[in-house]
Amino acid sequence: MSQHEVTVTVNGEEQKATVDGRTLLVHFIREQLSLTGTHIGCDTTSCGACTVLLNGRAVKSCTAFAVQADGGTVETVEGLADGKELHPLQEGFWEKHGLQCGYCTPGMIMSAKDFLERNPNPTEDEIRWGISGNLCRCTGYNKIVEAIQYAAEKMRDDDSAEEATA
Amino acid sequence: MIPGDFDYHAPASLGEAIALLNELGDEAKILAGGQSLIPAMRFRLAAPTNLIDINRIQGLDYIREEADHLAIGAMARESSLEESEVVQTRYPLLADTARVIADPLVRNLATVGGNIAHADPANDHPATLLAYHATVVAQGPSGTRTIDIDDFFTGLFENSLADNELLTEIRVPAPRPGDGGAYVKFERKVGDYAIGAVACQLRLEGDRIAAVRLGLTNVSPVPMRAVQAESELLGQSISEDRLEAAGQAAAAECDPSPDLRGPEDYKRDVIRSLVKRAVRNAAARSRGEHVEVSH
Repeated sequence: MSQHEVTVTVNGEEQKATVDGRTLLVHFIREQLSLTGTHIGCDTTSCGACTVLLNGRAVKSCTAFAVQADGGTVETVEGLADGKELHPLQEGFWEKHGLQCGYCTPGMIMSAKDFLERNPNPTEDEIRWGISGNLCRCTGYNKIVEAIQYAAEKMRDDDSAEEATA
Repeated sequence: MIPGDFDYHAPASLGEAIALLNELGDEAKILAGGQSLIPAMRFRLAAPTNLIDINRIQGLDYIREEADHLAIGAMARESSLEESEVVQTRYPLLADTARVIADPLVRNLATVGGNIAHADPANDHPATLLAYHATVVAQGPSGTRTIDIDDFFTGLFENSLADNELLTEIRVPAPRPGDGGAYVKFERKVGDYAIGAVACQLRLEGDRIAAVRLGLTNVSPVPMRAVQAESELLGQSISEDRLEAAGQAAAAECDPSPDLRGPEDYKRDVIRSLVKRAVRNAAARSRGEHVEVSH
């Protein structure tokens, strides 16, 4: 059995752990770090419920090994809020009712975060394309798209406010 | 589902990776993007005893244009291909393909090299690289060699790399005047494998098709070219009759299996139709028209 000492910066905090070579990133996050906001849905690289940012890019954490994150960064849904202040994406899902059962939500939000960083002013079609790796069985997606539009607008406003004060 | 146990190796250089491969031979699998390998390991369809992770080798993720070809490094991600300006502007067949592979999350990790090394006829790049007449660069203990893409796919999930060789680069010929290409994929939903797909790369001289290659996706046990269909088009000018003849030839020469995506006859007819669409789009692009391939 191959075991490995890893150091991973998770939501800004350095974590040291021992993992088996075969430990999947999602199991490391949920079971060793107890960050259960990252969900396991299909377990077959289809649904995107387990999406996290690995070194800044949204990936399915059920389809990467924990040892691959050694020396890198991982962001999960738990890292988004600043104390009690919600991230614009979380606020968007709240305000626009972007969820029903909520199971897909953390993955949707992490996908959207990566996507909006690359495309801060997307069209509706581009948003639908951006979340096409995340499945939702409740909402029919319309409310999710609206939530991401809300967040995109808010993040653009925040950026321009920052620029104005800088 | 957790993969079987294995020893994990993370070499820091190409030399180290090849030395490991040479030592471990067919006991080892290369881990690049992992988006096919890890699911296969989780389903226990693959149970390698050693994994050689090449993600930590610096300098393998390039996409750059050389004098007469586009060089794609072994660790270039599908998402980089999608975002590459040179690919968008000069390699439309490659750009079409990168957009429709799996989904954005998978493309953030998946690599072009892994897509073809896996030699899955359901993957999309085998067809496009066959159509481009690409070259594969392999490195082993005794040096580097190039493999014509026509000689690369040898069986279902089998390629012509030796056990101690690593795919290091893919070379796509640079476009010449009159070149055009398109990839047309028919899929049930985003993220699924194709019901069928057709890659076409051609050169027009005036109205005449001076060169053409067609690659087919997911309609044969081994990634294939539609050579009969190509011969229906070569030297001809494009007409509805010619397109239909090519479509029918491809439908006859492919070898689809019936599955959840449809029965054999249906898939053959999908290919007939997609060949026509792919050739039409490739020809339009070779004439300098802007074509968005819809899926």
